[in-house]
Amino acid sequence: MIDRTIPVTEDELHAYVDGELPTERRGDVEAWLAAHPEDAERVQSWRAMAESLHARYDQVANEPVPQRLELERLEREPRRWIYGSIAAALIAFVAGGGVGWFARGEANTPATLQSFTEDALDAHRLYVVEVRHPVEVPGSERAHLQQWLTKRCGWDVRAPELASAGLKLVGGRLLPGPKGPASFLMYESASGERFTVYTAKAATEAAQMRYIALDHDSAMFWADRGVGYVVSGGNDRERLAQVARAVYEQVEKSGG
Amino acid sequence: MSAFRQSVEAMIPALRRYARALARDADIADDLVQDTLVRALRSERLFLGGDIRSWLYTILTNLNKNRRRSLARRPQFMPLLDNNPDASGTEAEGRDIARALSTLVEEQRAVLLLVVLEGMSYREVADIQGVPIGTVMSRLARARAHVKASLEGERPALRRVK
Repeated sequence: MIDRTIPVTEDELHAYVDGELPTERRGDVEAWLAAHPEDAERVQSWRAMAESLHARYDQVANEPVPQRLELERLEREPRRWIYGSIAAALIAFVAGGGVGWFARGEANTPATLQSFTEDALDAHRLYVVEVRHPVEVPGSERAHLQQWLTKRCGWDVRAPELASAGLKLVGGRLLPGPKGPASFLMYESASGERFTVYTAKAATEAAQMRYIALDHDSAMFWADRGVGYVVSGGNDRERLAQVARAVYEQVEKSGG
Repeated sequence: MSAFRQSVEAMIPALRRYARALARDADIADDLVQDTLVRALRSERLFLGGDIRSWLYTILTNLNKNRRRSLARRPQFMPLLDNNPDASGTEAEGRDIARALSTLVEEQRAVLLLVVLEGMSYREVADIQGVPIGTVMSRLARARAHVKASLEGERPALRRVK
């Protein structure tokens, strides 16, 4: 009887233990386990593992919640975010362009732009892990932030509106760049994914968009009218490209 | 209190359990939960419906990934003693499972805990980690094999010491 059934796979054994197996297949798996003691032993060990985990950690869920985790306490710390007011107006733009955005400027990556990007990635790594002080000026003061950074950097710094990519501006800060000051803007999604936009004077007049990946982070970078741009994020290339493209299009439109 | 807040509040004990197993250190674990809650409250208006539970686990999982990334360039310190005054008769077993967990790579540990401890479906875990279900299943299989080997490797070794 067992011979006629389709052999049980490793995945099915896990699914069986986790209650993810279709009901009609359960009988087959049980018959299989009766005939294959090694698999039965593994399944048993996984069940024992689950019991050990619950025995060790369920008590944490039964502890009284510490005061510092009470919502009312956390809410008293005022954090206001301006969001959504401008979103609708900007969705149109990302839907537009695209053609040619990868095909501008020089063919090769100048070495200076490469190290420039590494500086930006270092800044990205340093600040994205910050929960309490990721920025100097919060995104709620967008106008002030743009004004201040423009004044200090010497080119028109606009914080792109990335609501269409599910991101809101956390804020920004001023950083030392390779040739003078650099502006550094941070964005965040509802689930805590963070992206940063770094801009500084570049040695190169214009360079086409490039991609670089380093450990868990990656960046898209390009230069335009003497200003270099680096958009950094996690290692999801598609997602990064989506964000970088939105930034590119807005910078392009505003005239850098 | 809004329905949103009530749902978030109801999840705090389970989030603490997950964070404790994920981060091992009790203070770091509660920091993770606190940051998760702050972020959730702050993003209330960004939350466009859906499963609040999965969303909170997603935030916590991402925060832990960021935290570990910041540690990645430094030498890793492990606690000398697993300070669980709460461990009872199964104390040794609890220490063993905690130690075995700590040897897993981040993604595998998260999958194992979300499925086994938090009772999430493969589909939900795939969404939380942003990967296909097949990846979740292979991470789970590797995590279980690794923990099993780790638990079996330790016990006979202890027995040999006379």
